[in-house]
Amino acid sequence: MHRRSQLFEAALFSAARPLSQDDLAALDREATAEEIAEAVEELRRHYQMNGEHGVELVEVAGGFQLLSRPEFADAIAQAHLVTRPRKLSGAALETLGVIAYRQPVARAEIEEIRGVSVEGVLRSLQDRGLIDVVGRAEGMGRPLLYGTTQTFLELLGLGSLDELPRVEELSVALRPLAEMGEL
Amino acid sequence: MGRRRAVSLSAVSAPPIAPASDTPFIVRLEAFSGPLDLLLHLIRHQEIDISDIPIAQIADQFLDAIDALGLNEAADYLEMAARLLRIKVQMLLPRPFDEDDWEDPRAELVRRLLEYEQIRELASWLGTQAEFRSERFPRGWMPPGPEPDPPPLVVDLSDLLAAVERVVEAMPQPVVHRVIPRPLDVEGATRRIVALMEERAELDFRELFTTTDITVADVISALIALLELARTGHLAVTQPHPFGRLIITRASPQPTV
Repeated sequence: MHRRSQLFEAALFSAARPLSQDDLAALDREATAEEIAEAVEELRRHYQMNGEHGVELVEVAGGFQLLSRPEFADAIAQAHLVTRPRKLSGAALETLGVIAYRQPVARAEIEEIRGVSVEGVLRSLQDRGLIDVVGRAEGMGRPLLYGTTQTFLELLGLGSLDELPRVEELSVALRPLAEMGEL
Repeated sequence: MGRRRAVSLSAVSAPPIAPASDTPFIVRLEAFSGPLDLLLHLIRHQEIDISDIPIAQIADQFLDAIDALGLNEAADYLEMAARLLRIKVQMLLPRPFDEDDWEDPRAELVRRLLEYEQIRELASWLGTQAEFRSERFPRGWMPPGPEPDPPPLVVDLSDLLAAVERVVEAMPQPVVHRVIPRPLDVEGATRRIVALMEERAELDFRELFTTTDITVADVISALIALLELARTGHLAVTQPHPFGRLIITRASPQPTV
């Protein structure tokens, strides 16, 4: 491995967060963008090679990160070295989706979009710390407004809400709605 | 560079409908997260054009699917069933000659379905993301888990006795009763107000407190004195506005009733 790849490996090991392109550039001011990309690629191949390693270099929302390989997740979790978060139900994910994109949002709006009562789901999401009350709406009854939390971002491995897919990136985005114009 | 993995476009759950020869659909309702989910599934699975939904057919299939539901879990579905039936009826009504004036009764439903489909796709993305994340552990990631149990307590007798000693020493002497002198001085305040009223016909309540070191007790004393003087008819107190100035005047010699 080249020296630059080794440097990146050492930095990725030392940092407890994903390293962005800028972080990597700061490690070696003389390297060009291509050279950095080459070093990252070399490191990625190094970890991938013949499945000889228990960790791999993964491109995540915040940049690059060394993560343990999924086949060892069960053993590590069973040894209580880390706790895996419980899986979220479809209803919980849909509700989170609405809140993430519409926040701050009142319960009535979530129910309008999902077509079901969401009282129970909201409570369990709040208990898990994924959402919280962020304020009250103006108007009748001044309903509570919900928003997502830092725990929500951590659960998804996101650095910020900006890293959620943009609405235009979704396959069912606004294209069909535009066609609906004539209807 | 693309930081994000490709957005997964697949639905959250595999189609829970199994096409059979005579019964066209067997729907496991618990696989759906709500009426919109079920409706969207019926439409997408049969490759129906969402801008031209055969509402009668879909309404029937929807009703068949929710037939097995108990009343409690059906509430959300029943509302949608009613909506579908209303649209079905509206579609049967004759349309005006001028097609431009005709508003498709399905439009609102279609808008909601498409909006919901977006959310369902997002939910799928969130699920994939969370799943990906939950199988891979970074360095030094502190999971939001329960605190580990504290280690078992190890003490010997001398530690215990020393602790008892400390507690006993720290215990306060029993207090039987403590008399706090009441710092109210109503008589003094009454004398002051009477003296002031001999000089002036009208007085603001706040003028009673001219020094800076006023205590709460002083204000209460003055207020009690004032109320007492007003009650006995020595002076009159008026307040033009709520929380406004409190004006003290000499009582009129001939009080009007």
